[in-house]
Amino acid sequence: MKTMRSKSPTSRRKFLGLAGSAAVAGAMPVVTLRPLEATPAMLTAAIRNVVGEAPVRAGKVKLDIPPLVENGNTVPMTVSVASPMTANEYVKSIHVFNEKNPQPNIGNFHIGPWAGRAQVSTRIRLADSQKVVAIARLSDDSFWSASADVIVTLAACTEEVN
Amino acid sequence: MASALINVPAKAGRGDVIEIKTLMSHIMESGFRRTAAGEIVPRDIITSFTCRYNGTEIFRADLFPAISANPFISFFTVAKESGKLEFEWVGDNGFASTASASITVE
Repeated sequence: MKTMRSKSPTSRRKFLGLAGSAAVAGAMPVVTLRPLEATPAMLTAAIRNVVGEAPVRAGKVKLDIPPLVENGNTVPMTVSVASPMTANEYVKSIHVFNEKNPQPNIGNFHIGPWAGRAQVSTRIRLADSQKVVAIARLSDDSFWSASADVIVTLAACTEEVN
Repeated sequence: MASALINVPAKAGRGDVIEIKTLMSHIMESGFRRTAAGEIVPRDIITSFTCRYNGTEIFRADLFPAISANPFISFFTVAKESGKLEFEWVGDNGFASTASASITVE
């Protein structure tokens, strides 16, 4: 009896432990089945491709994107930059990146002082819930950024074609 | 084959900031999707969009597979003179399409 008692709590613990890891394993494939995925390292590399060694500061940029989207195939997105847009002080370009699509780039938009307002809108695809980063290059070659986290219910890009 | 929708104000005051909206019909196949048989569907996207205002480039965009099908792009410019806005889309598999709109600036 004594041995039985000392045994049973261990096996119960073991069982629960196993059940727990099984549940984790069950949840894992949702993440790992995706064959291609940009990593945060790829995101950093893509940003470095654009900005070089220059520091990227947070601010000036506003990234308008819904925090929760049902369909990752068309996510409306607007990037605007606080800039007077005069001949001496303007935005040269706006670059948008993502963290977990197969490719880290979304788009590069080249504008100039003639734009009057530094704002661009488009519709993008998001393959997963992830962070979207917008970076603006100003006329003095400084870089400013904003990022937003988006939760995506239906992923884009990698689904099967029917 | 390809059709574009352009929205430019027909009239604007000199110096006004105007919004230009463009929509191009295109599949924007990302090149990351697979058929049921497991084959990759080859990439077919628009890679570049340019807008010229009386011959001067005012807006250019490099597009990637992360841009949705039928790419919609809107941007701004200062209405400086009457004339023509020309739009050009260039993409994979020799895709090229143009559109234009005219504007009267008073």
